[in-house]
Amino acid sequence: MLFTSYEFIAFLVLVLVSYYVVPKKFQWPLLLVFSYVFYFIADPMYLLFILVTTISTYFVSIKMEAINGEMSAYLAEHKAELTKDDKKAYKAKMKARKWNWLLLCLFLNIGILSVTKYTNFVITNINNLFAGEGPLQLVDMIVPMGISFYTFQTMGYIIDVYRGKQEAQRNPFKLALFVSFFPQLVQGPISRYGDLAPTLFAEHKFDGKTVSFGLSRILWGYFKKMVIADRMLPAVTELVQNPNEYSGAFVFVAMLFYAFELYCDFTGGIDITIGIAETMGIKLAENFNLPYFSKNIKEYWNRWHITMGTWFTDYIFYPISVCGPMLKLSKWSRAHLGEVIGKRVPVYLSSFAVWLTTGIWHGAAWNFIVWGLMNFVVIMISQELEPLYAKFHNKFKVKGTLPYNVFEVIRTILLMSAIRMFDCYRDVPLTFKMVGSMFTEWDFSAFTSGALMDIGLSGADYLVLVVGLIIVLGVSLAKLRVGSVREVLSQKPAVVWYGMMAIMFLVIIVFGAYGVGYDSSQFIYNQF
Amino acid sequence: MDELLEILTDLHPDVDFETCDTLIDDKILDSFDIVSIIAEINDVFDVTIPAEEIVPENFNSAEALWDLIERLGDE
Repeated sequence: MLFTSYEFIAFLVLVLVSYYVVPKKFQWPLLLVFSYVFYFIADPMYLLFILVTTISTYFVSIKMEAINGEMSAYLAEHKAELTKDDKKAYKAKMKARKWNWLLLCLFLNIGILSVTKYTNFVITNINNLFAGEGPLQLVDMIVPMGISFYTFQTMGYIIDVYRGKQEAQRNPFKLALFVSFFPQLVQGPISRYGDLAPTLFAEHKFDGKTVSFGLSRILWGYFKKMVIADRMLPAVTELVQNPNEYSGAFVFVAMLFYAFELYCDFTGGIDITIGIAETMGIKLAENFNLPYFSKNIKEYWNRWHITMGTWFTDYIFYPISVCGPMLKLSKWSRAHLGEVIGKRVPVYLSSFAVWLTTGIWHGAAWNFIVWGLMNFVVIMISQELEPLYAKFHNKFKVKGTLPYNVFEVIRTILLMSAIRMFDCYRDVPLTFKMVGSMFTEWDFSAFTSGALMDIGLSGADYLVLVVGLIIVLGVSLAKLRVGSVREVLSQKPAVVWYGMMAIMFLVIIVFGAYGVGYDSSQFIYNQF
Repeated sequence: MDELLEILTDLHPDVDFETCDTLIDDKILDSFDIVSIIAEINDVFDVTIPAEEIVPENFNSAEALWDLIERLGDE
């Protein structure tokens, strides 16, 4: 049931009406039922996987909290007789017990994720060692919808319980809703339990402003997805699936088109997700903060897919970089390799692990792994060049000026878009070849010969895309100036606010990319 | 405390660490800085800051960081 399908719209209306009709104490149980129905419709087998994750996480979290309770009681009871070292040793022993439970839970759930998503990738690579004629057969594996998202979200919760940052949820049904809340199940955001739980389980009374704000966000998401992203899809497909025909300047066109398509597809999908939750008074974490206004790649990753980035920072980057062996290695490398290199060792090794995992998380293919590692390389080079940039900025005093800001923003967009071509072509050597062809086979006639009218877009399509992207840019700039655009518009007379929503609705109906034979495409991030 | 201020100032000479209490909120320190600081603290004070203590409240000011070092040192 795609977000863009009529079935989903009908499902959503049913959820919303039921949510506000039932007594408030039944609101969250109702959402659990609908979330499971949503997942069941996608494939009944998926339920098995999400149930295993929920049940295992529930029992391990309760067990870890019991250990915490036992530890506090023991320490309080023997406060007078225990020395500092005794306490330390006892705490370490209890922590080790919790650690074993945590490992069991992580092993099981990351194991399920790995087996379902990566078995065929491993088999293919083993077979490739035998020149493609290896002994192993590919297996017909079910990959449950949204498994990467709900596994990470749930593992974040269990790690927080282990760290004592989060109390375990003792109601298994509430935990089940946290894991399966349907709007965010398919493409995130990856919520933290501490942020989502209070709003997810709260009772919400009907409020016109909240509902209309949610609806406006949903419409804005559909506008970006259906009017822009889905319209661009055929052109991007045509350009990247025929690399022999479209090289040089066409690769540049594909690169920009894909940058805009992915932005509108992913941010549009998240707008719909957050908007759906908002109509029920539930606040989800924001996943984007105007990423295409970033002035460098590090800033870009703080603004794009924010919940994934912070997840990797908190649960992979920090634990690796400050663990005992890493601190020892840091000390050793400072002593033997000098202060400058020694200081960098933990940061670089942990960043490498993060970007490798980020690549693997995105997909079971070498192109995603190389994509992740390219990000790592570029970020590390930028980090190393920072003193040089500082010298340049000191000498030429351009930093902060409008033209230089624009230059930095465009440079970041182009750099990120070029790296993303690994995601486009899905073939590492081909990507290098095609990106290289932009420099070796550039031909301006690509823009003047009319060839761009033969890639699945008509003149009218281009017009809609240009106007659509100008609107997206305008709204983004307005957001920079006034903060919440919706807040400003909603304070105008009702006719303006509801008029805007009606226009948006009409625009989606009239200019949305569908029609005879149209097959509403999946959101790109559904596959992850 | 002076040794801690020295570690921080080495990293960002332009920041007044004695008064600033929004080091994380204002994105003055990023994740790379935090890892470097933790490695230095481990070296100088022989205190290990675990990942679960890396929260804005502990890193927003030199004073908060100093409190953390003292607390972990006592444990």
